[in-house]
Amino acid sequence: MRRLTGIIAVLGLILASRTAPAQTADHPPDTMAARTLACAACHGPEGQGTDNDYFPRLAGKPAGYLFNQLLAFKQGRRRYPPMNYLLQFQSDEYLHALAAYFSALRPPPAPPAPPTVSDAVLARGRTLVSQGDPAHGVPPCSGCHGPKLTGMEPAIPGLVGLHASYISAQLGAFRYGTRTAAAPDCMQIVAASLTEGDVTAVAAWLASLPVPPDPSPVPKGTLTMPLACGSEPK
Amino acid sequence: MKLRQAMPLLFLVAHTAIAHADDQSQIAKGEYLARAGDCIACHTNPGDPLFSGGLPMPTPFGTLFSTNITPDPDTGIGTWNADQFYGALHTGRFPDGGLMYPAMPYGSYTKVTRADSDAMFAYLRSVPPVHRQNKSDELRFPYDNRELILGWRTLFFSQGEYQPDPGKSAEWNRGAYLVEGLGHCGMCHTPINALGGNDASQAFQGGLIPMQNWYAPSLTSNKEAGLGEWSIDEIVDLLRTGVSRRGAVYGPMAEVVYDSLQYLNDADVRAMAVYLKSLGQGQPPGAQVSNIPVPESSLLLSFGQTVYQAHCAACHQSDGRGMPPQYPPLAANPSIQMQSAVNPIRMVLNGGLPPGTQGNPQPFGMPPFAQILSDDEVAAVVTYIRAAWGNHGAPVSSIEANALRSAPLD
Repeated sequence: MRRLTGIIAVLGLILASRTAPAQTADHPPDTMAARTLACAACHGPEGQGTDNDYFPRLAGKPAGYLFNQLLAFKQGRRRYPPMNYLLQFQSDEYLHALAAYFSALRPPPAPPAPPTVSDAVLARGRTLVSQGDPAHGVPPCSGCHGPKLTGMEPAIPGLVGLHASYISAQLGAFRYGTRTAAAPDCMQIVAASLTEGDVTAVAAWLASLPVPPDPSPVPKGTLTMPLACGSEPK
Repeated sequence: MKLRQAMPLLFLVAHTAIAHADDQSQIAKGEYLARAGDCIACHTNPGDPLFSGGLPMPTPFGTLFSTNITPDPDTGIGTWNADQFYGALHTGRFPDGGLMYPAMPYGSYTKVTRADSDAMFAYLRSVPPVHRQNKSDELRFPYDNRELILGWRTLFFSQGEYQPDPGKSAEWNRGAYLVEGLGHCGMCHTPINALGGNDASQAFQGGLIPMQNWYAPSLTSNKEAGLGEWSIDEIVDLLRTGVSRRGAVYGPMAEVVYDSLQYLNDADVRAMAVYLKSLGQGQPPGAQVSNIPVPESSLLLSFGQTVYQAHCAACHQSDGRGMPPQYPPLAANPSIQMQSAVNPIRMVLNGGLPPGTQGNPQPFGMPPFAQILSDDEVAAVVTYIRAAWGNHGAPVSSIEANALRSAPLD
């Protein structure tokens, strides 16, 4: 009898919660989308990026990668004052939640902008991305970032769907130490081995590639990486 | 026989256990007080080991670096004793008698009791020692001469523990002790003069924080952040969670809530609220000084309303009521109507998130608009929110908006 009363009470609660209005005019919806409006202005409402050259796509990147970046901004290991400022006083738990939220989004990708460099530069970029430059110690991007360049779980980002200016700015930041990652900082090593021309070529080729229909990163351990990275635990 | 031998041993074990428990409770008390004093904000560089120092602190006189206060004997305070630690807080001097720069808030910490100092010292003795040399300060001539601190001390430092006001309640006195002492609120909320000093006669009257370009509002004037008209619950919410139905904390105050106030117990935050509310003085809002001609300010107002409807009204609502506590109200919010328009301009340019706290772990954020709005649009929208819905703030020029684009963000 007591159990029955309990069940009725629970049913009553469920009914009450289902009939309660989802949102009153006095409260924003209790969702991550509402919480991340501060991000949407630059990264797009669904993290798909905007047409501003320097603001990257977030949607679909591995959650571990996004968390590492959020933490690096919070701690100042990755320097970009507007992001450092926004994240300074947020808990690691919230950063994990933000990373998981953007990682799971799958907005339709924007088509790539037409390249502004010569075919020869694009061809050089294509070679570097798929084969690297062994003579200069440059591994191919696809060795770690995946055959479709959509990244690898848990912490290697996809490289498609980004603007050329953003990619070359990041390679420069790795080289000059304004963007750093956990040791060994593999991207610092790679970026330091590239010439200015290589950076332009890689950025132009990557930016010219369309985002594949499924932009999900490949599972952890799919690829045998050519060099050790502190961010991607073995 | 065996039993007789065992008795003293048992006693000894029990005694040690009690002493250990005492130590633990002293350490826990000290940890709590170190939170109240926000030691971590300066003595820990983000991402580095706790209390290992090395945080650069830009001042108008050059850059100071915070010190290692871990118990490392060579580079920290491992060789200090409790007397010397109390001496540092109470007199602003190193154990060898050397003078500390007043970036260390001993002007406030001097009010801390010996018992509280001892607990904090016990806690700092318990954290992992970190071997990390202190960095030399980079102060310009003549400020690199520590003897100058003597002059500063004569003008601005008055040594002495907090003296309770017998005419006030125990709760009010506890709040005053925390606000004036460990909380060192006066470091920002009392105006700083050209000599880098806080004048006691202007206590908590508000001022621009040098180098950071945020305005720390007056805690005594209800036209600013004077809390005389707030309920105790609203003040408690703001201090502990970072948001309230009246408004949210931002800028440097977000750091204070994140590192310090969110960890304080309800009784202490309530005591601070009682004291802060008592400081607030009701003053009718007077006319503000503006050098913007009237025709120009009416143009700014109508243009500002257009910008507001396009970018702000979705969250803050057309009538400025917001959706508190997630989206703060702008109507009747003193924080955006102060004579100094620095804070509302910076909020529009930089956006912001209230601090993530135990009471508000996943804050709602405001986007930055620096990359979207022109100087004219920023000036117009800030002028509008300062004057709409019965607000009384003076108009803002695009020159003021432009100047704050380069304000430091850390």
